[in-house]
Amino acid sequence: MQSFTTLTAPACPLGLANVDTDQLIPARFMKRSRAQGYGGFLLHDLRFDEEGRPRATIPLDDARHAGARILIARRNFGTGSSREAAVYALWDYGIACVIAPSFGDIFASNAVKNGLLPAQVSEADAETLLGLLADGGNLTVDLEALSVTVAGTNTAENHGQRFSFMIDPVRRLQLLNGWDDIDLTLRHTAEIADYRANRATSQPWTFPEPGMPSQA
Amino acid sequence: MSAAPRTLFDKLWDEHVITVREDGETLLWVDRHFVHEGSHHAFRKLDERGAAVAEPGLTFGVADHYVPTRGRPMIADPEVAGMVERLSANAARHDFRLFGLDDPAQGIVHVVGPEQGLTLPGLLIVCGDSHTSTHGAFGAYAFGIGASEVAHVLMTQTLWQRKPKRMRITVSGRLGPHVSAKDLALHVIASIGTNGAQGHALEYGGTAISALSMEGRLTLCNMSIEAGARCAMVAPDETTFAWLAGRPHAPSGAALAEARARWLALAGDPDAEFDRDIGIDGNAVAPTVTWGTSPEDALPITGRVPDPAAASGDAAREAYVAGALDYMGLAPGMPLEEVAIDRIFIGSCTNARLEDLRSAASVLRGRKALVPGLVSPGSSLVKRQAEAEGLDSIFIAAGLTWADSGCSMCVGMNGDLVASGERCASTTNRNFRGRQGLGARTHLMSPAMVAAAAVTGRLSDVRDLPSLEG
Repeated sequence: MQSFTTLTAPACPLGLANVDTDQLIPARFMKRSRAQGYGGFLLHDLRFDEEGRPRATIPLDDARHAGARILIARRNFGTGSSREAAVYALWDYGIACVIAPSFGDIFASNAVKNGLLPAQVSEADAETLLGLLADGGNLTVDLEALSVTVAGTNTAENHGQRFSFMIDPVRRLQLLNGWDDIDLTLRHTAEIADYRANRATSQPWTFPEPGMPSQA
Repeated sequence: MSAAPRTLFDKLWDEHVITVREDGETLLWVDRHFVHEGSHHAFRKLDERGAAVAEPGLTFGVADHYVPTRGRPMIADPEVAGMVERLSANAARHDFRLFGLDDPAQGIVHVVGPEQGLTLPGLLIVCGDSHTSTHGAFGAYAFGIGASEVAHVLMTQTLWQRKPKRMRITVSGRLGPHVSAKDLALHVIASIGTNGAQGHALEYGGTAISALSMEGRLTLCNMSIEAGARCAMVAPDETTFAWLAGRPHAPSGAALAEARARWLALAGDPDAEFDRDIGIDGNAVAPTVTWGTSPEDALPITGRVPDPAAASGDAAREAYVAGALDYMGLAPGMPLEEVAIDRIFIGSCTNARLEDLRSAASVLRGRKALVPGLVSPGSSLVKRQAEAEGLDSIFIAAGLTWADSGCSMCVGMNGDLVASGERCASTTNRNFRGRQGLGARTHLMSPAMVAAAAVTGRLSDVRDLPSLEG
């Protein structure tokens, strides 16, 4: 898994609340193989009209925020379906960190497993950051220090202003170390086998018999 | 010293712990893993490692997200056909049971699992679909996972989790006539918000919950993800056991007696504590509909479309409401009952079980729909049962289309779509922008309310329709 330590990059003040995963990547694109890249599908229907022409109405398509690798959003980012493709779309577009006051649980879990940092800030700090970055600029996100620092805005104000963010401590370590869950789990093979044997004996009905009929 | 009192969720959690890491991450055993066509990313991860499925006997495939609901077994779109074929190939290669397109028990995974008795109290159930919370209606710990976690379960039959906080919603009183679990769910989401239960395992209790049928409990637990809860549950009781009796994979005979004793003991201890405890008056729940682009944008049908200007001083809220109304094509202050619709949809893992179809049919019997609409049963078995009861004839006589089973018009990926700009009264779970199709406008409500909207051509209070029966 990809690790995350610090990132200094252009930050885009997306500013939307309740950005659900159907908006992050509309369902019709999820048949595609990841090998082709999912970046072009990110927030597709907000960014392109029904003929595929750019609407250029959201900050992501504003030249002041070109090359953004950090997104700032309002509450409840990534709510909705469990589609990990929502994270693939962000990642393949170039986004490695989303700053928001709250995240959908499954999205946050999926994000960490792909090296993307969901950084939780207070509502007030999210509003301040949205204001500071309105005309473009860079942020430094430091996962070790749990801080977001203004690293230069186009209005040249507030340079060095610092905000703190939250993330579950275990997820923080996973991101810092780039741990792979499956490798960790395989160290527990014997305990898993013991658990299984015990469950099969104590509650055999939890193992449906193979070859049983499928119809009621 | 006696053990501390535990909630239903505490007991489910404890029972599945394999090991706890120093940092608190806990390795949990997975009793049931459901996969569908959308799980292809996870199977690719398996292939990249050259790994096998650890427990094929606990893995079940269901073709639902991409399957067409008409013209089967032909699939016109080659990309969609490829998705369905890929699931079949993975099932064959890894030797797990598949409820495929041609299976008489095929249907939506969250309908098929309970129907087959694969969903049981006390189990830990996962699926790469957020509405896996549905299965918690049986007193199971059930939650949706992403592709990386699906791959992990395929390879190890386990998952690392941090224990969520515990939340209880007690619904007192009783739901009124024509008020269903869907109305209650929308009422709850509107009350606590779409992130109201984030980070919590949600347990429902109270007289109004005890009185709910299994179908109603499934609807309520299904919609709980829209309140931010990754899982939701109801303690198993006689209603649960009656529903399970005789299901193909449910225990019977001596095993059933032993299982029942275990299941009854799952109920929370009387003094168990919750991190959050909320009360809802069931008597006060009205037929509820959504007006915006999030399930929390819900109001009683007797209400009016909100005015962005009413969010005085909250610029973000004002912008949100204005944006939602713009997308939905609604004017502030308009009575919800004056909102004209273009079509209806009855289906999805939320509201396509037999009880849902009966409820809609009871409103449509002897009436004509003023708008076109699609009825897609939750499973192929539900479809056959509905046909045996003559419900299909009622829908068809009303002018609606009676289709095969699948995720259909809820999910916008199988060909069943709401056209851009069209307004759909829908029994589904998400009114997100573009969910039912590019530019589609979705209003969520119960099956009876969708049926009422069909016969009047506008959002309507089902309680006001004159009874045709009796």
